[in-house]
Amino acid sequence: MEKGVLIPNLFKTEYRKIVSVLCKLFGLVHIEIAEDITNDTFLLASETWGQKGIPENPKAWLYAVAKNKTKDYLKRNQNFINNITPEIKKASLNFDELDIDLSEKNINDSQLQMIFTICNNVISSNAQIGLALRILCGFGIEEIAEAFLTNKETINKRLFRAKEKLRAEHIKIEFPNKKEIDKRLKNVLTTIYLLFNEGYYSSTNNQPLKKDLCVEAMRLSYLLLQHKKTDLPVTNALLSLICFHSSRFESRLNNNGEYLLYFDQDKRNWNKELIIKGEHYLNKSAIGNEITKYHLEARIAFWHTRENETIEKWENILQLYNRLLQIQYSPIIALNRTYALSKASGKKIAIQEALKINLKQNHFYHSLMAELYSGIDKDKQIEHLNQALNLTQNKTNKEILNKKLKKVNRV
Amino acid sequence: MTEFMMIFRSEPKAWENLSPEQMQASTKKWQDWIGGIAAQEKFVSTNRLGFNGKTIKPNHVITDGPYTELKEIIGGYMIVKAENLANAIEMAKGCPTLDIGGQVEVRDVMEINI
Repeated sequence: MEKGVLIPNLFKTEYRKIVSVLCKLFGLVHIEIAEDITNDTFLLASETWGQKGIPENPKAWLYAVAKNKTKDYLKRNQNFINNITPEIKKASLNFDELDIDLSEKNINDSQLQMIFTICNNVISSNAQIGLALRILCGFGIEEIAEAFLTNKETINKRLFRAKEKLRAEHIKIEFPNKKEIDKRLKNVLTTIYLLFNEGYYSSTNNQPLKKDLCVEAMRLSYLLLQHKKTDLPVTNALLSLICFHSSRFESRLNNNGEYLLYFDQDKRNWNKELIIKGEHYLNKSAIGNEITKYHLEARIAFWHTRENETIEKWENILQLYNRLLQIQYSPIIALNRTYALSKASGKKIAIQEALKINLKQNHFYHSLMAELYSGIDKDKQIEHLNQALNLTQNKTNKEILNKKLKKVNRV
Repeated sequence: MTEFMMIFRSEPKAWENLSPEQMQASTKKWQDWIGGIAAQEKFVSTNRLGFNGKTIKPNHVITDGPYTELKEIIGGYMIVKAENLANAIEMAKGCPTLDIGGQVEVRDVMEINI
């Protein structure tokens, strides 16, 4: 691998491991010290490797340097030691014997515990995603700012406050106990789900960044599956859902980088490997009786990977949306359900149902109405397209709607 | 918005004689109806009731099943949100139990303020 990409790549994979292990060692109170030591390690890597060349085993080099820097830090900072956990205090009497455990097992355990620490409802979900990106995914502040369409200061402040809050609430870096695991895992999955949505639907135009966010959501879910206690049907359902959606990541865009609707996508570009993975996790999610919204969304996404437009496909999608709406309402689910109804039971029935939905201020609602009226009532179709145009500010949406209007007017 | 409860009553026989296909078709009708209400953000909760039950009367006299004296039994309920009783009734008109001779009782849900 070339030097230019080696360090950024190592940063992506190793930063979070080192931070998690050090943070676990020091306690969350000293999270910044863990971050500083890790940053220093990478800084030294880029300087040294630039001059002396890349070491034989870059990863081992980073671990060794991180260990030494930690020991140096402890030697220099007696105050810090006095405030630190008793275990290291004991060990730190003789720094050279202090074992900073960077074994694969401890790295995985520490990361898993960090997931539970960060995905905690004492901080807002945006702060959880931000911290997860920083600590668990090794993202730069600039990248996080771009993902949230905001500036670096806002993110810095947000992360700072989030860490303060975690400290103030005395959140420990540990695996939740049996009684709490379900509730806490639910929260972790929500954060991963939001992180994925942030990547998949984000309005930033930075395509590689969006993909990175999706990949990280996948990686964190995968990490949860590596541990018995979190390898549950619901976790599998979430990963399945992420895999199915991600299979269309590339095909959503045309050559000009514009979004394509599901029906306009070249299905040959769907990623078959991810679809197979999605099916694998979907099967694993089907154990037990619990049906969560992830299960339902994963099954809907599964049906969308089937190319043939059969009644069976849309009938299944409709029933899944019916159930999803009973668990959780959202305008988009309501509109998607109505679309599925039109495919399964015909446009006329769908129009009747759509008229009962009060989303007149939502441009998607009018886009859907226009779609339902196409081939049935041209005037109504045009009227709804115009209403949709008035309600959206988004350039891409406007373009799509204008194209449709032109097409209708030509007929 | 007020909450209303729809109580579904029908003859238990109406269920007993259904073939698996009819059963599936019936489930679809119910799910489509409930899904349509949920799509309007008016669904609160629903449950079906099974056939396994007894009735307790004063002096702890227990009778078999809920349906010894009644031709129709309560098969389930749904709680919805609606502007008023008239709107809730309008919603209830789509209930599939009406197609098989059942009835829907619509009642307002009262909050208990202690």
